[in-house]
Amino acid sequence: MFKEAAPLEHEIATPFVGGAPDQFATRALATKRASENHTAATFMGWRRENGRVGVRNHVVLLPLDDLSNAACEAVANNVKGTMALPHAYGRLQFGEDLDLHFRTLIGIGSNPNVAAVVVIGIEDQWTNRVVEGIAKTGKPVVGFGIEGHGDIAIVAKASYQAKRFVQWATELQREECPIADLWVSTKCGESDTTTGLASCPTVGNMYDKLIPHGIYGVFGETSEITGAEHLCRERAISPDIADKWYTMWKAYQDDVIEAHKTDDLSDSQPTKGNIAGGLTTIEEKALGNLEKIGHECRFIDALQPAEAPAKGPGLYFMDTSSAAAECVTLMAAAGYVVHTFPTGQGNVIGNPILPVIKITGNPRTVRTMGEHIDVDVSGVLSREMTIPQAGDALIDMVVRTANGRLTAAESLGHREFVMTKLYRSA
Amino acid sequence: MSSHAASGEGHRKPHLLAHSPQDNVAVAVIEGLSANTDAFGVITENDTTFAVHVRHDIPIGHKVALTDLKAGDTAIKYGQDIGKVIKDVAKGEHVHVHNVKTKRW
Repeated sequence: MFKEAAPLEHEIATPFVGGAPDQFATRALATKRASENHTAATFMGWRRENGRVGVRNHVVLLPLDDLSNAACEAVANNVKGTMALPHAYGRLQFGEDLDLHFRTLIGIGSNPNVAAVVVIGIEDQWTNRVVEGIAKTGKPVVGFGIEGHGDIAIVAKASYQAKRFVQWATELQREECPIADLWVSTKCGESDTTTGLASCPTVGNMYDKLIPHGIYGVFGETSEITGAEHLCRERAISPDIADKWYTMWKAYQDDVIEAHKTDDLSDSQPTKGNIAGGLTTIEEKALGNLEKIGHECRFIDALQPAEAPAKGPGLYFMDTSSAAAECVTLMAAAGYVVHTFPTGQGNVIGNPILPVIKITGNPRTVRTMGEHIDVDVSGVLSREMTIPQAGDALIDMVVRTANGRLTAAESLGHREFVMTKLYRSA
Repeated sequence: MSSHAASGEGHRKPHLLAHSPQDNVAVAVIEGLSANTDAFGVITENDTTFAVHVRHDIPIGHKVALTDLKAGDTAIKYGQDIGKVIKDVAKGEHVHVHNVKTKRW
């Protein structure tokens, strides 16, 4: 049922100098074309202790708070094959904002793309709260508090532990898993009019094809649905979920925009990049944005930021910022393992644990910054490629990425890890 | 798999794409669309073609009016309301933030 795709001629004849490379085939990997049979498609992943499947095998140094970044980075420097995830927050947060902080850190540590975790915090109690949350997955996790010991002693202890974890993790083997084990998130960035014409409908076509086969999907960007909220509401699975979604969307309008705007949002929504790319209003941007959820699937729940989906396979909405790094970090914390990212003008975002696949339909972006693009669907604009063909190209790239191909963002070192903060700390 | 867009003998690359037959704006999808071009367009929803004389240089991704628009009219794209026209625009002229504004916020 699968056939090997032929290598592209330019890969053999000429060195790559620009533009999106190898979207259909590589010489190095005899590619099984997942798009040719969705039901039978498989990928090679790591099945974790809790049954979830990861496509990366990171050993992570996770700081509880800003003060612990230095120790985590020192351990990552000592022990090769580990990765520190520095961030800006974690002190004197309270209420819903503190809950989100813990949910994000525990979610990142629990993500199946992470094999094992060392948590370092300034003190023991909150550090242990993160350790205990991650330990529920059954994966190896330990924590260290700095107070009473100092950075140097803690870096030494944590380094011994991180070295044991990395040597254990690097012996874990990938196994063949059904495509239904994939959790695939989406969020677009630096949109322009080509995203609504090409790259967002490409993601929508992927979801329309793969959601019926049991994958988990998620979309978010609460503010960027403004102008298309009537269409989004109709895509909920039931009136209850439609109301739950609408309450989230309306709360953002009332509690955030109306409370904090100085004039209107025209200076930030659409962004200057959006406007340079031809988008004129938030309504136009939202209508293109919503193309990412296709035409057939319905979303089955509306999640809080970083909340793990709990209603089984299907498409979910998550209440997120539309800023790329914040949104993708929340989706990583919810447990998604591959991200699909349509861009028009060329957003370069990545995430440390969640591979971010870039898709563009803008031929100028392919030409000027092709090293950031994984899937080139500019043929949709020239009418040389259909949306279903573009969707198939993306499905193949999702599976190849799951199998281990580094995304453009991974190979270029993009590790934007940004916590969402709801309000000022105490 | 649908093959209506497969290139072949006689395939003509469009200058402009509109989403819906109801749209009164269309997007330039080639680089270097210059003033006084008789542009060839396609409506993606139903694969029908149209022609419009473009009166301004239009950067890729930017929009062109498909009819004369008056201040107070609604700009339509995807068959949906994308904002209000705030200055008169003639058919074939550039449509953007200088003549269309959001109805929100």
